[in-house]
Amino acid sequence: MALTSSTAGTTQVIKVNSGRIDAAMAIQFKEDMRAKTEEGAQRIILDLSAVEFIDSSGLGAIVASMKQLGTGRALDLAGLQPVVAKVFRLTRMDTVFQLYPNLDDALASETE
Amino acid sequence: MTVNCEDGRLEMNFRANEADASQAIATLQAGLSQLGVPAHRVNDVKIALAEAINNVVEHAYVGLAPGSIQVQGISTQDRLDIRIRDMGNPLPGLRVPDGTPASIDTGMKDLPEGGFGWYMIRRLTDSVLYKRRNGQNLLFLRFEFQKKTIRPQ
Repeated sequence: MALTSSTAGTTQVIKVNSGRIDAAMAIQFKEDMRAKTEEGAQRIILDLSAVEFIDSSGLGAIVASMKQLGTGRALDLAGLQPVVAKVFRLTRMDTVFQLYPNLDDALASETE
Repeated sequence: MTVNCEDGRLEMNFRANEADASQAIATLQAGLSQLGVPAHRVNDVKIALAEAINNVVEHAYVGLAPGSIQVQGISTQDRLDIRIRDMGNPLPGLRVPDGTPASIDTGMKDLPEGGFGWYMIRRLTDSVLYKRRNGQNLLFLRFEFQKKTIRPQ
């Protein structure tokens, strides 16, 4: 699972460099997210623009990634492609996360 | 892994493990437009198909030697019918689960990390049928192509 991390001010941006987040990579994704978010940024934007498909295990791994951040830290999502957006909508997880059409919009917005 | 694709038909056989299933699902998803699935239904089929196959991988062969999964798709002008076959354990109670989704009206700590698979399958298909026959599980998913404002649960 290829994740790349960068920082923009106090915000950490993690980009998923994979076309899919599915059952076969969900556990690895969660572990890689844990490692990448150890530095402790308050706000993390997960850039999903390269992800063409996610299943419920992948969705669960993103939820788990948010939960393992603990309180006081936010995981926002940017660049959801149509199938990914649909999975979030169907499960109502679109009401749990802050979603942005793209990374620029996410960076321009101060949610906290 | 074997794939057969001809006009309006698709058949695929693969091992019931996560890595093979992931590859098979991607291949099946890529073949949907070739099967004539219209753009407004493609995403629904992609999601439901993946969830149904993942269920087999995660549950059907628990406690058994890993077996195989066969997926067949047949499309007409009006609909796509998918049949998923495995030789694993039957579905509990020999029926398709209700698919009540896990509640998200919880604190962050209790947010569900799973339990959405059958819910999404039921929401996205027009019918789901399950049959247990000669030690095989047969799951039939139907996707009508006609647009509907409200799809049956």
